[in-house]
Amino acid sequence: MTVAPGEPGALTPEESLLRDMARDFAERELAPGAAERDEAERFDRALFDRMGELGFTAAPFPESIGGAGFSYRAWTLAMEEVARADMAMAIALSVHVLSQYPVHTWGSDEQRARWLPAMLAGEALGAFALTEPHAGSDAAAIRTRATRVGPAAAPDGYRLDGTKSWISNAPEADRYLVFATLDPGLGRDGITAFLVEKGMPGFRPGRHERKMGIRACPASELIFEGCEVAVANRLGGEGEGYRIALSALGEGRISIAAACTGLAQAALEVGARYLTERVAFGVPLAEQQGLRFVLAEMAQQVAAARALTRAAAAAKDRGEPIAEASSLAKWTASDAAMRVTTDAVQLLGAAGYSRENPVERYMRDAKGAQIYEGTNQIHRLIVAEHVLARVSGS
Amino acid sequence: MRIVVLVKAVPIVGNERLGDGFRVDRGSGLEPNGNDEYVLEAALKLTEAHGGEVTLLTMGPAAAADALRKGLAMGATRAVHVSDEALAGSCARATAEVLAAALRRLEYDLAFAGADTSDGQGGIVAAAIAARLGLPYLSYAAHIEPGADGATVRVHRLSPAGYDVLEAPMPALVMGTQVLGEPRYPSLRGIMQARGKETLTWSLADLGIDPARVGAAAATTRVLTAAPPPPRAGATIIRDAPDVAVERIVDFLAARSLV
Ligand SMILES: Cc1cc2nc3c(=O)[nH]c(=O)nc-3n(C[C@H](O)[C@H](O)[C@H](O)COP(=O)(O)OP(=O)(O)OC[C@H]3O[C@@H](n4cnc5c(N)ncnc54)[C@H](O)[C@@H]3O)c2cc1C
Repeated sequence: MTVAPGEPGALTPEESLLRDMARDFAERELAPGAAERDEAERFDRALFDRMGELGFTAAPFPESIGGAGFSYRAWTLAMEEVARADMAMAIALSVHVLSQYPVHTWGSDEQRARWLPAMLAGEALGAFALTEPHAGSDAAAIRTRATRVGPAAAPDGYRLDGTKSWISNAPEADRYLVFATLDPGLGRDGITAFLVEKGMPGFRPGRHERKMGIRACPASELIFEGCEVAVANRLGGEGEGYRIALSALGEGRISIAAACTGLAQAALEVGARYLTERVAFGVPLAEQQGLRFVLAEMAQQVAAARALTRAAAAAKDRGEPIAEASSLAKWTASDAAMRVTTDAVQLLGAAGYSRENPVERYMRDAKGAQIYEGTNQIHRLIVAEHVLARVSGS
Repeated sequence: MRIVVLVKAVPIVGNERLGDGFRVDRGSGLEPNGNDEYVLEAALKLTEAHGGEVTLLTMGPAAAADALRKGLAMGATRAVHVSDEALAGSCARATAEVLAAALRRLEYDLAFAGADTSDGQGGIVAAAIAARLGLPYLSYAAHIEPGADGATVRVHRLSPAGYDVLEAPMPALVMGTQVLGEPRYPSLRGIMQARGKETLTWSLADLGIDPARVGAAAATTRVLTAAPPPPRAGATIIRDAPDVAVERIVDFLAARSLV
């Protein structure tokens, strides 16, 4: 296969095999049922399990901890292919990795050994629980309370009370990375991360979110009522949770950007095919220069999304700071996905508006990506902060 | 059980192009021949169930290494790549001679081949190898299992009426069909593990074959002409509801006396 526009360079042999295999799997196993799962709002755990067996759930983790040993750049290739067939599954997978990456980065050896194997194998599904009904962009304002149990200086554990909302995978998940505050008055310095497992007394999924798009990726509230968590399940130190969340989201955003690139790519392909097939005024639509311009701009958006996504992933692989690069990639790629999917609906006319064709689903699936893992307004703030810091630093 | 699987690296299906002298252009990406992946799958299942190892054997240009890499990622133990400038343009006879020579240097109980290749579609190389090596040739296999005594192989051979059960002493050469079962996807770990697997590259000199016996000049068959298929005539796409669509399709076929 040739190198896709926006791809910064040749792929390694392993990356190409991964991309081909992911494409093959996604086209044959994910694409056929994607519309039905969207319609029924059904998450197919058996399909996720299959992705676990093949190692998708272990892709960007080192072999030393039982991962598949791919770079983050390679991971974005796989995410792109999964999303090209099924954005909802791509987001479920992305969130699954988002919820375990911090355990790899911040966990103790004991926590990694206990928490990661089942997640790497895809046997335990992960969720990442930060957002609350009154605190989204302003994540430092969360109110879910972690109360120390036992002596304050050396607690035996923590009791969690509060409600999370919009937690992807929550209704089906087995392992949750939960952020709570020791004292809302402390702001970000009070936030602490906890590992919570399905079946622990005192917590349950609440109301399902009724979503516009990625409807086959389940999301719900999570309700904590005196849920006791042992100290061994605290990830990082007290008050380190905010930093952990930000670092996880830095990685997660690159993966969301990759998914958006794949979604936009899918819409571009459907649009291009339609222009060659549909005849109006005696000629294929592709003969209309006005529509060719639309198509070219769609291709431009996809290539730009891909280029920034790979650049951010490569920065992560080099161990560089990624906050700015991942914000640029996620913001650009999700806007690209929104624009390209909307254009695809327009190119197809009524056929595009029909649920008989996939592009209306692509369009609904794109919208959320401008909101979750940091709204695109928040990404503008992050980018501006970096630009200003460079100016004042010089 | 030691199984050698013959794998041909073919142009990526859908991307085939004719090169000079009506030869298939191998310059824009190669993948394992689809039918060969089915016999590779059968070989992997057999060795997983009964122990043993799978060796991939290919004759092809340097880029054939990509196709071998996929086979290794699917789970083969090692690969043997017969590669030599002099081989370009070899006919089926020469190919069989070279692969037979390579097989002579390998230890195996079974050799597997796919029914035919997506580029050449000759479907005779496997039989020719068996003839050269004096191996029993069990063709059109839909199922392959070890015989009860461990020294034989038993195969279900597709027949117009169902299947015949064939048994032969090992070593033997089995030509398999897609009925054997879908090939697996290479797993992500498999892809990374393939990096550490052994690939032997053998030249004609390694095999003791005189270059004058192979290649375009020595070919015993000649391609007189070849052309890409004509573009498909405008397809009729029926987008009606199933009941109406079925009726229209039946009418279409009936009008051409096809049903
Ligand atoms: C499909 C989906 C899946 C999700 N999955 C998860 C999950 O798995 N885990 C999780 O924890 N959360 C999840 N979320 C929640 C998501 O992260 C939040 O919705 C997001 O952070 C925005 O928060 P909010 O909805 O409260 O909007 P608000 O923060 O209330 O923002 C409302 C609007 O104001 C803008 N705005 C806010 N502050 C500023 C500012 N300072 N300057 C400029 N504009 C601003 C925002 O950009 C937005 O347009 C998910 C959300 C969706 C839609």
